[in-house]
Amino acid sequence: MQKNIILAGVGGQGILSIAAVIDWAALQEGLNLRQAEVHGMSQRGGAVQSHLRISDQEIFADLIGLGTADLILSVEPLEALRYLPYLAPSGRVVTSLDPFVNMTGYPSMEEIEAELGKTDRPVLVHAAELAREAGSARASNMVMLGAGAPFTGIAPSKLEAGIEALFGSKGREIVEINIRAFRAGVQLSNA
Amino acid sequence: MNRSRLLLLGAEAVAQGAIDAGLSGVYAYPGTPSTEITEYIQRSSLARQRAIRAAWSANEKTAYEAALGMSYAGKRSLVCMKHVGLNVAADAFMNSAITGVNGGLVLAVADDPSMHSSQNEQDSRVYGRFAMTPVLEPASQQELYDAMFHAFELSESVKLPVVVRLATRLSHSRAGVELKAPVEQNRLNAEYAPGRFVLMPHNARAQYRHLLDLQPKLEALSESSFLNRPVEGRGPLGIIAFGIGYNYAMEARKAHGIECRLLKIGQYPPPRTQVNELFEACSEVLVVEEGYPVYEELFRGYFGSPKVRGRLDGALPRDGELTTDLVAAALGVKLPEIAAVPEIVANRPPELCKGCGHRDMFDAINIAIRENADHHVFSDIGCYTLGALPPYNAIHTCVDMGASITMAKGAADAGLRPAVCVIGDSTFAHSGMTGLLDAVNDRAPVTVIIADNDTTAMTGGQCSSASGSKLVKICLGLGVEQARIRTITPLRQHLDENVAVLREEFAYDGVSVVIVRRECIETAAKKKRRSAATGQ
Repeated sequence: MQKNIILAGVGGQGILSIAAVIDWAALQEGLNLRQAEVHGMSQRGGAVQSHLRISDQEIFADLIGLGTADLILSVEPLEALRYLPYLAPSGRVVTSLDPFVNMTGYPSMEEIEAELGKTDRPVLVHAAELAREAGSARASNMVMLGAGAPFTGIAPSKLEAGIEALFGSKGREIVEINIRAFRAGVQLSNA
Repeated sequence: MNRSRLLLLGAEAVAQGAIDAGLSGVYAYPGTPSTEITEYIQRSSLARQRAIRAAWSANEKTAYEAALGMSYAGKRSLVCMKHVGLNVAADAFMNSAITGVNGGLVLAVADDPSMHSSQNEQDSRVYGRFAMTPVLEPASQQELYDAMFHAFELSESVKLPVVVRLATRLSHSRAGVELKAPVEQNRLNAEYAPGRFVLMPHNARAQYRHLLDLQPKLEALSESSFLNRPVEGRGPLGIIAFGIGYNYAMEARKAHGIECRLLKIGQYPPPRTQVNELFEACSEVLVVEEGYPVYEELFRGYFGSPKVRGRLDGALPRDGELTTDLVAAALGVKLPEIAAVPEIVANRPPELCKGCGHRDMFDAINIAIRENADHHVFSDIGCYTLGALPPYNAIHTCVDMGASITMAKGAADAGLRPAVCVIGDSTFAHSGMTGLLDAVNDRAPVTVIIADNDTTAMTGGQCSSASGSKLVKICLGLGVEQARIRTITPLRQHLDENVAVLREEFAYDGVSVVIVRRECIETAAKKKRRSAATGQ
């Protein structure tokens, strides 16, 4: 088993929480993993990405090769497109449709969806709406984790355990909101 | 999760390794990608239990010297910085290789090839060669952890500082790391050895001779280091892979089924016998280095060698960080077609946070400075460097820590009026104070704007060495007149009065300081969350 996952978004949107849940679950499964992330200047509202690699064999490189990503999981639609050169021919794009506009030249959603439509069966998610239904718009990253879950090679139940572990210290209510958000995402992907 | 297998960033593996290897103190100034080493030690319960000293230093030079002092006193010390920080600490570093050390002294330096968050991509291994001291360059998080034990032992056995070099991709990447049992800390054992530590010329000559005599031993130690090893392989093609270059070479070999011999190197000076064996067995050798082509150049020699391939003959790019694809292409692999980034994807540069006080500061500066024919603003390194980007376009230089004040002074000496600079509180404490003293001593007509947000914000909100009333006292102490130290609050409702203050100080024919004080909104929010959590 080997999965190469690109997590994409804008600095401050919570892609590292998504990574932390997957990391936790992968480590529990006894899998090897490497997860390269961006710290420093770009975190201030710039484009950020994380390369996440999971395997039952030894992993050498921290970075994913071009054309070899099994999944691009993005919490922002324009950011999903930025990493298309990494996508494998059989790879899938799962992205939120909530634009984060803090730049000039942001294209129209029609243009973005047209580009996303050129990939193989993209999973497009109204993440903020589903998160609000789950109890908090701040949980939209967990909606996206849920939507991406079927492509990670890790069972959703293991990822839920990861959410419990990660958010446990913040109280029961926060855990439950995030689990509901996660399940809403899973349901959407499986539909 | 149990203690034996942790998910750690490379930087955190350095930290945990140092703690478990009997560390007594870490000294550092924050800088991407090295900051997380010290932050991890500050959070570690084992470090607290062992009373490991871990507060931030004013700059990399003071950090290095304190680490050397702790080593002199017999204990194991760690000093951490980013690559350009080593320029600041270079005097102490170079000379500590001449004095040598007592307790183990390890310098963890994090390079930033491709300049993700830096102004250059200098390669710290060059400093290691310059000082003639051992350098370790582990390839994985696990190796980093294990290498910390080795680094302290090596430092104490050869009595030299040992450099652990890591690059962004290792420092900021996580992996599972198996921990070993922690070893005891050293006891206080200050060394009475003025012949070593008093670097007057007669002592320095003897110590330098000793350092030169040690070099063959360092090379011999590299031959048996766990960080250096030949990897199984055959054929006329060879790869010498240094540091994380090994990862990309192994990945490319595996992904594309490339037949070749491979020598992994993670301890310098390189093991001469192993290098010779590879060169003898191969008709072509690709040198894979994350950073400068330091060893490729040496292997080529001045007159060149047709066998050697790498960054200098275009097999690999001369600059920027490596990837698996670049190494595969250098090995002759034809890479498959990949999708392009769609044309509609515009850049998303970083920006100042919404509500950040620097925004209001730049609004005020722009109004006041643009009333002048010449409106250059010298600046420095921190979040406020983002003021160089639209919509502000407010600053016109950013070179090295503290350079804003001294560059403004030099420009004032040349006749530029007004001579204005912007520097953060932490950067001022790091390297701005001596420059301000120069300006005061020379009565230079400069306006020094200190953006005091009470933190080292760009690297994630570490404690600043001088902010608030301490800043005022420092400026007074350096000789700035009390009437010429103005403090303003960067808020929209104060814009007019702030512009008026700046206008007055720009016009003043002498040194003035305008402290622009408002807490970083990120650290303020963090404090609020923390007090809410403890209030529950």
